[in-house]
Amino acid sequence: MQLKQWLRPFILCFALQLLALPLTVQASWLNFSDMYAGATSEGLILSDSLLSQNGQTVTMQGYMAPPLKPSINFFVLTETPMSICPFCSTDADWPSDIVVVYLDDAVTALPYNQDITVTGQLDVGSYVDGDTGFVSLVRILGAEVN
Amino acid sequence: MNGKQHLRKMVFFALAGALAIGINTPAAQANNPASAVTLSAQAELPATAVTSKDIKVLPINQAKFWQGQRFDFEVELPLTTSQVAVTINGEDASKVFKQTPTLTQQSTHISYRMNDVAFKEVGEKHVNVVATTSQGTLKQSAKYNVVNEKAQKKAKNVILFVGDGMSMQAKEVARILSKGLSDGKFNDVLAMEKMPHMALVTTSGYDSLVTDSANSASAYNTGNKSVVNAMGVYENSTPDPLDDPKVENISEIISRSQDMSYGMVTTAAVTDATPAAVTAHTRRRGEQNFIATDFLNRAKPPAVILDGGSQFFLPLSTPGSKRKDNVNVIQEFKDKGYQFAGNKTDLAKASADQPILGLFTLNTMNVYMDRAFLPENPAVLKGFNDQPGLVDMTKKAIEVLEKNPNGFFLMSEAGSIDKQLHTMDWQRSAYDTIEFDQAIKYAQDYSKAHGDNTLIIVVADHAHGISITGTYSEQNGKVGREAVRVYGEAGWPTFIDANRDGFPDNPDADVTLAVQYANSPDHYENYRFQTEPHNPATAGKDGKVIANPKRAPQGARLVEGSLPTTTGETSEVHSADDVVLMAQGPGSEYFNGVMDNTEVFFGILRALGIDGNKDVIKK
Repeated sequence: MQLKQWLRPFILCFALQLLALPLTVQASWLNFSDMYAGATSEGLILSDSLLSQNGQTVTMQGYMAPPLKPSINFFVLTETPMSICPFCSTDADWPSDIVVVYLDDAVTALPYNQDITVTGQLDVGSYVDGDTGFVSLVRILGAEVN
Repeated sequence: MNGKQHLRKMVFFALAGALAIGINTPAAQANNPASAVTLSAQAELPATAVTSKDIKVLPINQAKFWQGQRFDFEVELPLTTSQVAVTINGEDASKVFKQTPTLTQQSTHISYRMNDVAFKEVGEKHVNVVATTSQGTLKQSAKYNVVNEKAQKKAKNVILFVGDGMSMQAKEVARILSKGLSDGKFNDVLAMEKMPHMALVTTSGYDSLVTDSANSASAYNTGNKSVVNAMGVYENSTPDPLDDPKVENISEIISRSQDMSYGMVTTAAVTDATPAAVTAHTRRRGEQNFIATDFLNRAKPPAVILDGGSQFFLPLSTPGSKRKDNVNVIQEFKDKGYQFAGNKTDLAKASADQPILGLFTLNTMNVYMDRAFLPENPAVLKGFNDQPGLVDMTKKAIEVLEKNPNGFFLMSEAGSIDKQLHTMDWQRSAYDTIEFDQAIKYAQDYSKAHGDNTLIIVVADHAHGISITGTYSEQNGKVGREAVRVYGEAGWPTFIDANRDGFPDNPDADVTLAVQYANSPDHYENYRFQTEPHNPATAGKDGKVIANPKRAPQGARLVEGSLPTTTGETSEVHSADDVVLMAQGPGSEYFNGVMDNTEVFFGILRALGIDGNKDVIKK
């Protein structure tokens, strides 16, 4: 009995922590394969899952594509490791299901051959990057990278 | 050649130049090199005149033109030039071309330019430039050759099949897989290999030993060499990728002189280098959004376009678009009377009586292996499950084009022979080569049924460093490098084509080919077919190229590459090897021996009997 009383504040604290957990880490997972409900040559069909998470914090797993120019606060996240081929590729040769990641704080280069997780605010819609002219459809803003 | 656009650009640069000078100094006249230059009709050559690289003549020395072929003539002069004389065979160039040159100041030079000029007569043309500058009198020269030939039998149509990157070895891999051998003899050769005329073609551009597809396609389409990443232009010194001096291409010449139709078919994006070079003039092949909108700006637009690459035709607001504006290029085509086909079913329904724009994927179409042979591979197809093949597209393109009684020019490209060799996936490349051969067979049958009226040319645009060194067999418990069988040990591969569709039933035969690469980045190799394609290499944390760990997951060993690790070469690269050209039909006798890649253009115009001085298009 005494033991339980002694334990009570800890249990309460633990319960509060459980409640608080979703508030601090409320990111939900978004998979590359779940972004589009379909595809035709007249455009991609965004999935309900992608649209419903727009504006929310999401976590994605993928690979950082080697940038043609070193860019630390802006990179492309892809499902599989990307190659660079200056003569057979232009920025248009990216797969259609890429995600552009914008970081608040500059990070040093990440390995391109190991998968990384990116957490940040999902932003869906066509957008042309002001500095690079890079066109993107899905972005993660203010991202943290692990 | 869009003379108006050029004029506009010239005026703009002249104004910009004048403005810049005005800002720099009030004494504008004294400091405006372009306006201070006097044109001289006669080149006076003082004994002290020095040949100088500071004077650049475009087109370059050794350029060859078809009689009447149009081009932009530009001479770049030092900024300190005070007087210049440009003569051709001793006569003032402005009289030869009946045009007053535009002098424009650029940041590094003065441009002397006349657009849309042509040599009306055949023969050698000696260009001499003499400029008085602060460094003294400088000179430069270039020699051109203007030709016109007619084949004994005229071709009504021309079909140019480009096997992108199809080296002789890549072609042989396809022959082994598709036809097989018995008693050391091939059971058959490929359809393209049955053509009566053959030549070895050298592939270099004017800038480098090794070419890319834009530069190479430019040579085929204009008869003039260019530089890596450029098509239909000579490279001038300005950064603008759309202001370089143009050279008229086949589609433009045959449209205006004989009112023929033309079209492009490719398994790549239509804005990709090889198909784009049929119409486009740009220093930078990456200008794919410009290329997409430019098709309809042609004096005579293509009658049929069948391929991938819709992302450059969709307005920015459409998911999947790569445009930077909200121009709906597909709608523009529809407004001009084109039918739009977005998949194989649409294409089958499309009428051959109207022009067709067929865009079947957002970018490069899927390869035969993933499209038809492994349809259970949704991770690769990503929803594009109803794509036509190269045979379907070539067939439909011919049906549309043959409606023109004046004849047609069709460029049909197997784009992924190259793309799959870049990723070191020779099996996917070989299946696309077999599909390419089947499209060629269709064209051969078409021409035969029409009195052999079509010149058919099959050529690669550059090679890849692949070689067949034997077989690979894991018998006797050997794997990896130890299972590569050479000489007498190699024996024969065990590919089987039981359903006789030309494609081996299993791309991963027990005894497969040991295909080795002369150049590669670091990569994992297990010699086996990969159900899911992966790039051979990626970059490490320091940006250096490293092997992609996702590739060849089973039993692979790390192969140290032979390419530099610091220049971004994460793919196998083009080689400078000669490529083989095969041809049949009227005019095909032109092709023999070792030929420069620009000769493809001259062989085509010779077969069609083109009068380059004619212009039947009403402007």
